[in-house]
Amino acid sequence: MSEAAVEQETIRPLSTVTSGDTVRLVCVRAGRGLNSRLASMGFVPNVEIRVVSNSHPGPFVVVIKDVKMVLGRGVAQKILIQ
Amino acid sequence: MTKRIVAALVGNPNSGKSSLFNMITGSHQHVGNYPGVTVERKEGYCTHDGYEIQFVDLPGTYSLTAYSAEEIITRRFILEEGPDVVVDVVDASNIERNLYLGTQLIEMGVPLVLAFNMSDLAKRRGLEFDLEQLSLLLEARIVPTVGNKGEGGDALLDAIVQTAGEGRKPRVHGLRYGSEIEEELARIESVVLQREKGLADKYGSRWVALKLLEQDDEILGRVQDQEVRGVVGKSVGHLRSLFRDEPEIVLADRRYGFISGACQETIRNSVERRHDASDIVDALVTNRVLGLPIFLVLMYAVFWLTFTLGEYPMKGLEWVFTWLAASVSGLWPLGSDSWLRSLLVDGVIAGVGGVVVFLPNILLLFLAIAMLEDTGYMARAAFVMDRIMHKIGLHGKSFIPMLIGFGCSVPAIMAARILENRRNQLTTIMVIPLMSCGARLTIYSLIIPAFFAPHWRGPVMWLVYLIGILLAVICAKLLRLTVFRGETMPFVMELPPYRMPTPKSVLIHMWQRGWMFLRKAGTVILGISVVLWALASFPKPGAEQLAGLSEEQAQQASLEYSVIGRVGRFVEPVIRPLGFDWRIGTALIGAVAAKEVFVSQLSIVYAAGSEDDTDVLRERLQANYTPLVGFCIMLFSLISTPCMATLAMTRQETNSWGWAAFQFVGLTGLAYGITLAVYQVGRLWM
Repeated sequence: MSEAAVEQETIRPLSTVTSGDTVRLVCVRAGRGLNSRLASMGFVPNVEIRVVSNSHPGPFVVVIKDVKMVLGRGVAQKILIQ
Repeated sequence: MTKRIVAALVGNPNSGKSSLFNMITGSHQHVGNYPGVTVERKEGYCTHDGYEIQFVDLPGTYSLTAYSAEEIITRRFILEEGPDVVVDVVDASNIERNLYLGTQLIEMGVPLVLAFNMSDLAKRRGLEFDLEQLSLLLEARIVPTVGNKGEGGDALLDAIVQTAGEGRKPRVHGLRYGSEIEEELARIESVVLQREKGLADKYGSRWVALKLLEQDDEILGRVQDQEVRGVVGKSVGHLRSLFRDEPEIVLADRRYGFISGACQETIRNSVERRHDASDIVDALVTNRVLGLPIFLVLMYAVFWLTFTLGEYPMKGLEWVFTWLAASVSGLWPLGSDSWLRSLLVDGVIAGVGGVVVFLPNILLLFLAIAMLEDTGYMARAAFVMDRIMHKIGLHGKSFIPMLIGFGCSVPAIMAARILENRRNQLTTIMVIPLMSCGARLTIYSLIIPAFFAPHWRGPVMWLVYLIGILLAVICAKLLRLTVFRGETMPFVMELPPYRMPTPKSVLIHMWQRGWMFLRKAGTVILGISVVLWALASFPKPGAEQLAGLSEEQAQQASLEYSVIGRVGRFVEPVIRPLGFDWRIGTALIGAVAAKEVFVSQLSIVYAAGSEDDTDVLRERLQANYTPLVGFCIMLFSLISTPCMATLAMTRQETNSWGWAAFQFVGLTGLAYGITLAVYQVGRLWM
């Protein structure tokens, strides 16, 4: 299996993670502004993200470094995790 | 002689920065706006050890990049105004994320003091700090504080005085970003030192190099030299291909790396972190079924507190102003037509009094808002409403000012301050007057019984309110697509842990808003009141024209003769297509002072006697107009020309007469267009 295929399998958007799971951030695919804002709030590569709640169409709540944050679904789609 | 120290307070949102500021400076505060933006500028001072320490409370921010107004203001203040000390307020129960801002201050090389705020909470969570060691690593004094309980204040002031005494000193270790990045930094630094000496001298070559590597728009824009730009471009390209990410993100990652390294050595967590209580409450208040009802109940409570409970002190204030008017009036002999008496009683006292009576509403409203914000519920509320408000291009929090608008536009426009985004705030302010306020209710309660059968009264009233809401939604959407175009901020928000608000911070918040409002009433609103009074009073008809007339008829004749009366007649051809005559025109112009003035002006032009007895006026209206005209009056009053207090508040909150004029012209134009359409189409049936 090629490397690209492996990546495709394991790297997915944060929005697909189910409640209660903890994942690792790979990168954020967004414009510079949002990218930098997220980075300053702790969304940096390899950080642990615990998904507290992911219920359609309810809130998307995560915990990073002990801080609880709520994300828009659009934002959650731009965050890629492993 | 006392020496002065300027200390800048910075920190993350929710770090308890404001409560620390309030604790230190107490009531010695001044709140203003930064020129051109609506971000608040709070200053205060205290004396300590023979020093006068002036505190500037800078906006809460996560970072010092150049992306948002808050970040730019904070950064500019630190760079350009060169405070003697920067105090970084850190939420001690949440060190890692909070220290990120601290690392950027270390990069700037400013004299830094760290206030580990809410250290009691951190202790309860089982966090143990080796402050001495951490202070060595960060090369800054660290003082544990508890802002809302008033602990650690003196120690913090000591640290500020000491740090200010030392001034800027070179850092021994500073932050290291790894050899690949350090190499590029060194390359950029040396070319900056050679070719952009000015920048390097002002901000330090290393910091300039860091910002250039981050592709910071502000610093990049100030580099004229092509060689520097070339070197930066090459370094950025090199690092981008090396790390497969933007250098900006890699640097952020390294800063977090530095922090977690420092924390690992110096912080022990003896208790497993639990989120239980907070999680349960959150599951409830952000629940997709229960979230909205809970929010609506709380909003009802805010509304009730502001307007139902606020009615009693309001009545009291009304009584005071009535008494004041009567006392001042009593200084002149009965029946005197002195213009000075009229200026004081009908102009100044009536005008300012009519607005100051809203003070209790303002105080209670901001009491409620401060409680919602300080407990941490506001963030949840914004989230709950965001799904709905997002559809019309507004933020979840916009709902609160809009709801308050049903009571009175003036506090509602002030409440729009809770919105961080300028475009959202402006859009909200512009459409707030479409929420039918309490003063307009007096117009509806005159008109509706005059023209509509009892079983139609409820539905007509409901229809008027509904039209207002629909127009607000449509206008907000249109404004966001045109004048205030721009991406809606992607929704990322911290949900701060729930906290108990302290009386002191809530009271200070309330007092600041109340004082701001009073100042406005004493200046702009006073001025406009006097102008409107003069327009309704002058020129006066001669005594021979009033001879033989009853008091009512004399009043009618005077108003007709005055500027407002003349303008009313002058605009008649313009408002005729709306079904209005000059009498309604005159009353509508008077309504600019305050919406309820419409009723009293109309009763004067109809010589219909006192305001208390509106039945006579209703009969006259019935005799002169059709129900369609009645409906059009309500429609026009609903949409048109917000009252002068609203305009003055819009001016204050947007920092520009331009936006106030835009609101005035825009809403009046909209009112004209819609009323015209309704009247002309309605006439075909009636």
